[in-house]
Amino acid sequence: MIAYLVRRALYALPILIGVNLLTFILFFVVNSPDDMARMQLGDKRVTQAAVDSWKQERGYDRPLLLNPTATGIAQFTDTIFFEKSVRLFVFQFGTSDAGRDISYDISQRMWPSLAIAVPVLLVGLALNISYALLIVLLRATYVDLASTVLLVALLSISGLFYIIGGQFLLSKLLHLAPISGYDTGINAWKFLVLPVLIGVVSGIGAGTRWYRTLFLEESSKDYVRTARAKGLSELRVLVRHILGNALIPILTGVVVILPLLFMGSLLTESFFGIPGLGSYTIDAISNQDFAIVRAMVFLGAVLYIIGLILTDLSYTLVDPRVRLQ
Amino acid sequence: MPLIPVVLWTDALVFILLALGVGFGIYAAQHEHLRAPWRQVLHTRTGVITLLVLSSYALIGILDTVHLRLKLPPTTAAAPAQYAPEVVSLLDLALHGLRERQEKTYSAPLATHLFTKEVIEQPDGTLRRDYPRLLHGGRHLTAPASERSADLGWRTVRGAVKGLASWALLTGGILWLVARRRGEPLAQYWLALRRSPHLQPGRTALITLAVLMSIGFIAAELAAAYHLFGTDKVGEDVFYQALKSVRTGLLIGTLTTLVMLPAALLLGIAAGYFRGWVDDLIQYLYTTLNSIPGVLLIAAAILLLQVYLANHASEFTSAVERADLRLLFLCLILGVTSWTGLCRLLRGEALKLREVDYVQAAQALGVGHFTIITRHLLPNVLHIVLITVVLDFSGLVLAEAVLSYVNIGVDPTMNSWGNMINSARLELAREPVVWWSLTAAFIFMFVLVLAANLFADVVRDAFDPRLR
Repeated sequence: MIAYLVRRALYALPILIGVNLLTFILFFVVNSPDDMARMQLGDKRVTQAAVDSWKQERGYDRPLLLNPTATGIAQFTDTIFFEKSVRLFVFQFGTSDAGRDISYDISQRMWPSLAIAVPVLLVGLALNISYALLIVLLRATYVDLASTVLLVALLSISGLFYIIGGQFLLSKLLHLAPISGYDTGINAWKFLVLPVLIGVVSGIGAGTRWYRTLFLEESSKDYVRTARAKGLSELRVLVRHILGNALIPILTGVVVILPLLFMGSLLTESFFGIPGLGSYTIDAISNQDFAIVRAMVFLGAVLYIIGLILTDLSYTLVDPRVRLQ
Repeated sequence: MPLIPVVLWTDALVFILLALGVGFGIYAAQHEHLRAPWRQVLHTRTGVITLLVLSSYALIGILDTVHLRLKLPPTTAAAPAQYAPEVVSLLDLALHGLRERQEKTYSAPLATHLFTKEVIEQPDGTLRRDYPRLLHGGRHLTAPASERSADLGWRTVRGAVKGLASWALLTGGILWLVARRRGEPLAQYWLALRRSPHLQPGRTALITLAVLMSIGFIAAELAAAYHLFGTDKVGEDVFYQALKSVRTGLLIGTLTTLVMLPAALLLGIAAGYFRGWVDDLIQYLYTTLNSIPGVLLIAAAILLLQVYLANHASEFTSAVERADLRLLFLCLILGVTSWTGLCRLLRGEALKLREVDYVQAAQALGVGHFTIITRHLLPNVLHIVLITVVLDFSGLVLAEAVLSYVNIGVDPTMNSWGNMINSARLELAREPVVWWSLTAAFIFMFVLVLAANLFADVVRDAFDPRLR
């Protein structure tokens, strides 16, 4: 087990290096720091001095890969590549282009993101799985047919519509929840109700359809027929046999996104004014703060890889046939 | 020449895509194993209806893809021909009235008066604050309050009658042609069409066509004198914007797949077929790309494009060209983020196929790798490609709206549903609410995505050998 984990971690390393190189090329080679400075300073006729001072303040005035003026190891370390890209590996995100400490911001903004993402995931999971089980239980009836139509319709509605429509209906017309905002501590709950509700509703279409397919596939297998032949009730077959065996694909889908919950949801957070990592990313994109975007790209990649490793580990928990070595 | 054609980058790609589609259609029609699943698609009611709905969208999109510049009226007789700097499409010419009829600001759907009060000078010289009449919407009415509903009803009926009449003409023509080819009298064929369960898809198609044509003619009739979906902040017709956005939505949904397809096919099959270090390398490549959150990769790429465009502004002759380049780039980068899924599927399938008897036999007979891949592997993975393309389409259309909201989507000057939603969402906070821009965008998007999703299900059922 330990050996497996070590091997997976080592295997993740080249991927992270690849991500890092890719972002380095995207952000520093395709467009030089000079281009970035001009873009940030806004004016076409900006002086070279202003560009230089902007670069110096943010540490972009070093050479890209090799510093010939320095001596010894500093030839490699006193470069943009080392300062801005290699440091990401030890999670030193540095300061944003606006001068804030990125690591501190991330540690602060992670929690509101989780406060929305975790309930959405859990409630959504419970709701989607029970609905899908109900459809499979009542398959080939009008409930099944109507649900199929309903799910395709729900799936076809833009995510923006759920947010805009929900905000308009529940907050503006019915005054059931505040339109947007956030509060510290336990008082945050009333700001969370609406985003969580909308998050769950907008996921029903895709989620339930997916679980329904899983369960239907499982229910056509031989062991299900055997279970029915033994005289088990349909409900027992459904919950004990079908759900139990469908856990593997369900887990694959869920565990892989667990770490990414930290990243938050871009749309929900920015519409509801929640100070999480999703709105942090959106703000960075619209302010063209490349340092933050770079940090979030790297963080996202790390979390994705952790998710993949966790998925493999979770297999051993639900499926005794799987052994990691 | 009264006009010169303009071919933008995306236009050229659309024409290539159309040529590929027609070519594939002709090829499929000649091969029974390819024709059978399509026949199955056309024998389901959902398949026929959704295909017709999608075709109407495609028709609007294609009309909007043929771009040209009109000749300006000559200033003097001897002057050389001058062409308008503005690039317009066939759709613009067809919707000539809609494009030109601009109001001052917001007006509700089918309204005759502006949405905001203004100071109006009365005939007797006094000033009064009231809702002014629109410049174009309901212009022909003398007493809008009493005449409007009757006029709307009359126009709806007239549109429906016109639509059904043209439908009847069209249907008559088609039936006459089919009946002549089958050597049956028209009346007999008509009876057969009404009764025979064998001709069910034909009936469905004709009924759908009747509904679509009635809707089209009613909309045209109403839009000729009113603003069907109202006007936006600067007084532009929302119906026109929504129609113009069709092209953007379709392009994002189809071009993205087109640009990613060669890479996904080549790498996926190569990884599965050659295995070994080729497989390792390709797997590494797509795992790396996959591990970057898609939105962030798109954001990074679009930010860089913006930097590039800001620093090379002089290289583009028109705003249309710049918007077009950005759309193409967006398709490319969306393709980069979405090819990995297909690539993985193809790799798995190629791994399976290379062990199949006929591939082993071909290898034993000394057939080259290239021939094996093109003759034996490629035809056997085409159904996966087709299913993925159709399934991805609706997701990409929806993604466009989200990306435009984050300002990393298409160019802000380009008509798209995402831009419509983005510029209209703050208007919900107004009192009374300006709801029509959002509604129009969501309706157009919903119908397209719903049709695409239903069609994708039918296609998957017909093509997936496991489900057959």
